[in-house]
Amino acid sequence: MLKFTVRRLIQLIPILIGLSILVFIWIRALPGGGPAEALLGERATPEAVARIRDLYGLDRPLWQQYLSYVESVARLDFGQSIVSRRNVTTEIGERFPATIELSIAAMIFAAGVGIPLGFLAAKRYQGALDQLSVAGSLLGVAIPVFFLGLVLKYVFAVRLHWLPTVGRSDATSTAPHPTGFYVLDALITNDRVALVDSVRHLILPAIALGTIPLAIITRITRAAVLDVVNEDYVRTAQAKGLGPRVIDRRHVLRNAMLPVTTIIGLQTGLLLSGAILTETVFAWGGMGQWMYQAITFRDYAVLQAGILFLAIVFVLVNLVVDLSYAMLDPRIRVR
Amino acid sequence: MQRRGATLRVLGLGAVLALALTACGGEKSTSGGGQAGTQQGGTLVFAASADPVSMDPAFISDGESIRVTNQIYEGLVKTKAGSTEIEPSLAKSWTSSPDAKVWNFELQQGVKFHDGTPFNAQAVCDNFNRWYNFKGLLQSDSVSYYWVSFFGGFSDKKTPSLYQSCEAKDDDSVTITLTQPSASFLAALSQSAFSISSPTALKKYDADKISGTADEPKFEGSYGLEHPTGTGALKFESFTANDKVVLARNDDYWGAKSILDKVIIRTIPDLPARRQALEAGEIQGYDNADPGDVEALKANYQVIQRPAFNVAYVGFNQKKKPLDNIKIRQAVAYALNRDALIKAKYPEGSVVAKEFMPPEVQGYNDSVTTYSYDPDKAKQLIAESGVKNPTIEFWYPTSVSRPYMPDPAANFQAFKSDLEKVGFKIVPKSAPWRPNYNNATQSGQAAMFLLGWTGDFGDADNFIGVFFQKFSPQFGFENKEIFSLLDNAERETDPAKRVDLYKQANEAIMKFLPGVPYAHTGPFLVFTKNVKGYIPSPVTTELFSTVSLQG
Repeated sequence: MLKFTVRRLIQLIPILIGLSILVFIWIRALPGGGPAEALLGERATPEAVARIRDLYGLDRPLWQQYLSYVESVARLDFGQSIVSRRNVTTEIGERFPATIELSIAAMIFAAGVGIPLGFLAAKRYQGALDQLSVAGSLLGVAIPVFFLGLVLKYVFAVRLHWLPTVGRSDATSTAPHPTGFYVLDALITNDRVALVDSVRHLILPAIALGTIPLAIITRITRAAVLDVVNEDYVRTAQAKGLGPRVIDRRHVLRNAMLPVTTIIGLQTGLLLSGAILTETVFAWGGMGQWMYQAITFRDYAVLQAGILFLAIVFVLVNLVVDLSYAMLDPRIRVR
Repeated sequence: MQRRGATLRVLGLGAVLALALTACGGEKSTSGGGQAGTQQGGTLVFAASADPVSMDPAFISDGESIRVTNQIYEGLVKTKAGSTEIEPSLAKSWTSSPDAKVWNFELQQGVKFHDGTPFNAQAVCDNFNRWYNFKGLLQSDSVSYYWVSFFGGFSDKKTPSLYQSCEAKDDDSVTITLTQPSASFLAALSQSAFSISSPTALKKYDADKISGTADEPKFEGSYGLEHPTGTGALKFESFTANDKVVLARNDDYWGAKSILDKVIIRTIPDLPARRQALEAGEIQGYDNADPGDVEALKANYQVIQRPAFNVAYVGFNQKKKPLDNIKIRQAVAYALNRDALIKAKYPEGSVVAKEFMPPEVQGYNDSVTTYSYDPDKAKQLIAESGVKNPTIEFWYPTSVSRPYMPDPAANFQAFKSDLEKVGFKIVPKSAPWRPNYNNATQSGQAAMFLLGWTGDFGDADNFIGVFFQKFSPQFGFENKEIFSLLDNAERETDPAKRVDLYKQANEAIMKFLPGVPYAHTGPFLVFTKNVKGYIPSPVTTELFSTVSLQG
């Protein structure tokens, strides 16, 4: 297993080098000008643009620019955003925890509701709950996230005043954030008020973001359980006289979990690469919102570092999924 | 095996817990709101569309950064609340030499920066010399935009600078000498970019330290984001990226102290999210409300409109045929039903523009040549022009909404059908605003296009001077008469003569017709009803220190 992990990690290196070159060329090949025009807007007179291109070295040959980029990356220096003028590494350090926190909360919601729901739907195959779950999961996949976000906010914040609509904590909050994971920070500092505050801010965006994974997990769980209940070993277990609860737990659920785990893993990978719409609607300062803005502004440093970073995360999450197979199913051995 | 079942239970529990928290979180009151019935104190939460880029006024040109620096800092002069008129600030009074090159300022006494450093003539000169001596990347338009656009060059003399020197005569009087006469100097000084920073703090927190390679500039100092230090009625307390800026009352302020204890400026990039945050009670106000929301918001909130300080126009690039033909330009002007567009698509309070600057600015000419909607005349002008079946590429931006152009595609559709009615063939061209569209218009690629401008300060030079004082690829024309009228106006120190020159220039421009101005709009601010004392300014120099929370 260790060998497998190490090999997968080594495979990451050529992927990253190739990707860095691609990203570097791609963002510079985007039509319509570069950061100078994007930054200045109406004020981008040709003289101003020329001065910026000159000052920022944007008119040097591409290979020279790439070499100096590699040189600074080798020093673990990813540069500074041309828009926010803050270090890219610092900003990833602030934004990635926000995205992780939201993704985990969304996944807890999606799996926490989706697996039991899918299981029950399969057990009551073609019953009312089953029909409802099938229709519901169709709706869940189809409904646009930003629309759902707006509706959730309207109902639970504007109408009912139960929950907040934006941000990760109350505007007046002064709670410290040593790790950047607000819920964890509140637990570490033993601050009950901050804990309730940060969890309340998480609920609506997590539900909005978790809806699509919820729908997918429900359907996959339902299908997987339906497959398994008709297997011979389940019939054998029944013939042995095992109680239905034991059969469900030991034989049905465990076997059905394999595809569900894959989906949870892949979906988590997707969520971690940033939920642009959810983060925007809820003013959640995570990776998605940031990368989106970076493309608009041709923020080279942010795009270069951000895309590489997210690629690493995606590959690592996939690795974890592969490894978890082995734990779930002893028949699979990673080599 | 047992573990797996436990995991499932934990997951289920998580969902239940989340719902339970939803239900019981309701009693927590929202932030802000002064104590019932009192006027003094309280916290105002105001939503901004972006974090400040920096709170070092010398390095910023975006509205959200300037909103914050306006509160923390003061300049020698400022605009009177709600107008573009100049009035004293850190300078009590001033005189200028007859040629408007030498300016003497008498300073307020007993003023201290937030870090305790005394404000005096030396501090003023330290600031001016700091700006004048910017090196390398600090000279970029994207960094020191306002210095570059008003003073031009730097001490390295690569390009000429309007600034010559600063002399501290004694603690309370300072002389600033310019290389050329400039009548718009005072108005320009009222901009936030020329506010005075504490020289001690600038040095201590490495405000000007910049490193990195040419294509990866790095601001190393912590002045702009962690220690901005001015003399204003509110002082910087904290900044949390992607979240908020907290400002607190400066109890040692030399003038009228802030009524509020604190002002929190919260970053909410999405416009609908700002509205919902207001409705949910999380914020008490926000800027640039969607004009489409205004009617609905009026029922429960105060809606304040800023005086218009912008202009929307259809630009012509005369390098592109047939726009070099004056009759064609006139035909377009007569063909556009500007009134109908403003009535149908623009928010209440918007007006049809007659010239390239808003009526608030001195030099506005009430009796310029106008081109009111007249399709027959347009057809006749096309016939007279000698151009058969005139075809024009008409550009409009996508993924953008500007205060002067809330929905560019709607403007384009309306104008396109107006033009087709009189016989123009229109080739539609669109591009995303950042950076493609700006690039296409500014580099002269676009033939006819929708664009606009929001003023930086209340002077005609900042409108028609920017557009038409010299050749620009955007408009693609050389017109000696207009260029020299604007040159003379910029140098004229006699206010009455200067206004007259700008009036003449406006008339010359509207006769020559480098474009068709069509709208001036005032952006909307929305507040909860208990917010009092917010005075909208055409140049957006509103101060939170006059605001109070009632009830």
